[in-house]
Amino acid sequence: MEPLQQFREETREWLEENCPASMRNPIKSDEDVCWGGRKVVFQSDEQRVWLERMAARGWTVPDWPQEYGGAGLDRAHCKVLQQELGRMSCRPALTSLGIIMLAPALFKFATQQQKREHMPKMARGEIRWCQGYSEPGSGSDLASLKTSAVDKGDYYLVNGSKIWTSYANMADWIFCLVRTDPQAAKREGISFLLFDMASEGVSTSPIRLLSGASPFCQTFFDNVKVPKENLVGEVNRGWTVAKYLLQFERNMAAGLGRSRSPRRKPIEQVALETLGNDGGKIADPVLRHKLARFQIREQAFTLTMQRVGDEMKAGGDPGPASSVLKYCGSETNKDRHELNLAIRGMDSLGWEGEAFDGGRIARSWLRSKANSIEGGTSEIQLNIIAKRVLGLPST
Amino acid sequence: MSLVLNEEQLLLQSTAEDFFRDKAPVSALRKLRDENDTDGFSRNLWREMTEMGWAGTFLPERYGGLECGFAELGVVLQAGGRTLVASPLFSCVALSASALLLGGSELQKEELLPRIASGDLLLSLAFQEGSHHNPTAVETLAQENGDGFSLSGRKAYVPDGHVADRLIVVARTDGQTGDEHGLSLFLVSSDSPGVHLERQCMVDSRNMAEVRLDAVEVSRNELLGELHGGYALLCQVLDRGNIALAAEMLGSLQSAFGRTMDYLKQREQFGELIGSFQALQHRASKMFCEIELSKSVVLNALQAIDEGADNLPLVASMAKVQVAETFRLVSGEAIQMFGGIGMTDEEEIGFFLKRARVAQQMLGDEHYHLQRYATLRGY
Repeated sequence: MEPLQQFREETREWLEENCPASMRNPIKSDEDVCWGGRKVVFQSDEQRVWLERMAARGWTVPDWPQEYGGAGLDRAHCKVLQQELGRMSCRPALTSLGIIMLAPALFKFATQQQKREHMPKMARGEIRWCQGYSEPGSGSDLASLKTSAVDKGDYYLVNGSKIWTSYANMADWIFCLVRTDPQAAKREGISFLLFDMASEGVSTSPIRLLSGASPFCQTFFDNVKVPKENLVGEVNRGWTVAKYLLQFERNMAAGLGRSRSPRRKPIEQVALETLGNDGGKIADPVLRHKLARFQIREQAFTLTMQRVGDEMKAGGDPGPASSVLKYCGSETNKDRHELNLAIRGMDSLGWEGEAFDGGRIARSWLRSKANSIEGGTSEIQLNIIAKRVLGLPST
Repeated sequence: MSLVLNEEQLLLQSTAEDFFRDKAPVSALRKLRDENDTDGFSRNLWREMTEMGWAGTFLPERYGGLECGFAELGVVLQAGGRTLVASPLFSCVALSASALLLGGSELQKEELLPRIASGDLLLSLAFQEGSHHNPTAVETLAQENGDGFSLSGRKAYVPDGHVADRLIVVARTDGQTGDEHGLSLFLVSSDSPGVHLERQCMVDSRNMAEVRLDAVEVSRNELLGELHGGYALLCQVLDRGNIALAAEMLGSLQSAFGRTMDYLKQREQFGELIGSFQALQHRASKMFCEIELSKSVVLNALQAIDEGADNLPLVASMAKVQVAETFRLVSGEAIQMFGGIGMTDEEEIGFFLKRARVAQQMLGDEHYHLQRYATLRGY
């Protein structure tokens, strides 16, 4: 038998045997997502078992080398695994900002010792990571950040504050941009530090958002001692690491714009029911037009994600494309939510109560407004495209 | 299938781009216009194009073709779009050769396809009658007449119709205007008695003609495809036509965008290059994003033809909507960003604006295809 086919059959067999029944349907809400970490509270025993079994096989990060907790699979084998997981509608065993964002930067910039220390725990879902980038005074102008790290011989003394730290109150470790040279030009005095959120002097305070949820925190550092071996890359060269990592954050955000198989009733069906069915057509011609335009855009974007992926496989550079995808993906997702509201009307604006499913539609619409702000605003992406892709002059 | 061009296609792309840049720059179109050239295209250029095999990219070898795919034709059309080349590649190959290949009898294919591939014969498709694309609005009648048919009516905006040796005419053999049933396709020699061709000079200086048919006799052997059942064939041809047009338009809009970016990098106002102004940078970046989406839908649609995808109608309308809107945006912004100089006849950017609107209209503009897309999706 062809090796790939054999792998497919072995994978299928293993999944049949090892994926618990309740893990074989798509994720329905945020509560179904398993983030892992020291403070993890598993939704069910089956969720815990599913993570442990997948992690033991290296399949939470199948393409990573085995020494870092992966399975060392090549692209073709990874694809087969994804297909088989998809075929059985298996939920992701682990969702991790560490794996998606930090790991690529560690692979490129970290020492062997740092990788051995952090990556296996990340792969097994034992340590949950958060990102310390933005500060109250540094949003789009990220490089103006002020959180300081002063060299005290065998450690850095960190003081300052980060904001919009996703799930900081749930996270175990942080990857953090700090200023190590306050005299240097703003991009040349920044370093990239990793440290334990349980360190003395770290505190977090959740921020309540428009949606009523608090996925983000403000995080405070008050004389936090960080061992020097936790510096990634060279001192004062952290901006290079930061920018590299941002590409992966943009790609993650871009994924929001892809067309997805609906968890509930398809939107065109909803439109026919709520707006009226005029001989098979949505009775409101303007919204019918808008829906068609949106679906074409969503498809075009999904194809573009695929094309950029194929170009990267053929040896292309992902850098500039990530801004195009971030911009289009986040704007497309916002459009999706606006259209959803327009089609559902007042029913979509309920906030509480069972009839409104706890305001699910309104709350996720509000959440989508952050898509074009977080991970670099749409305006920042347009700046990047203008300068780095189109080569337009700076003022 | 991977959404990238393969090595042979990349080679074809650079060959075709070099070819058109050297032999048919935008100034060649201007010259045809200013000299009131009766053909409106260069027969020498067409001969060279056919010598490269480009009129037979997707035709089987037994009909004198290269036996590649429609994707290869798309690559050449896109390259030609960059310099707004006037050539029968769209009318004769994308439309007419497709119609013959999809619906022709073996005899018709053997007789006509090799002559199309070699450049001996020009064909066009006469389908439109009114000012808007509407494939069922056919009033031209073909009445059974002994062993053949007699065709009468008027066709408009037939691409390259004035130079076509033969026309594939869509006529009604049954039913009423607006019916899908009752359409039939006929091969008509343009020198047949009763055929009157008159060139229609359009804003883009490219070539169209009005065709009047006055009791034109055709034999039963000239029926292309099924009697009364031509609508399905026509739709398949129009889907290919729209995808071909989208590929050509993509080349044109990329060229218009590139020219605009070059201008932003050399024009100074207030002591600065105007390309440094954020008001223009953000608009340029948004256009770039739309172009990236357009590239994906065009490549996807070209591949869908070669794979025989069953959702081709949906894919074709999607490509036309995305590309037509993007060309509308880019051509309009190009004139605005060039400012006063963009309004002059001397600056070439205006040719792109003019071509944009004609190409959008041909075979249905974005409004038509949005409607069609919604209907195909079942809403």
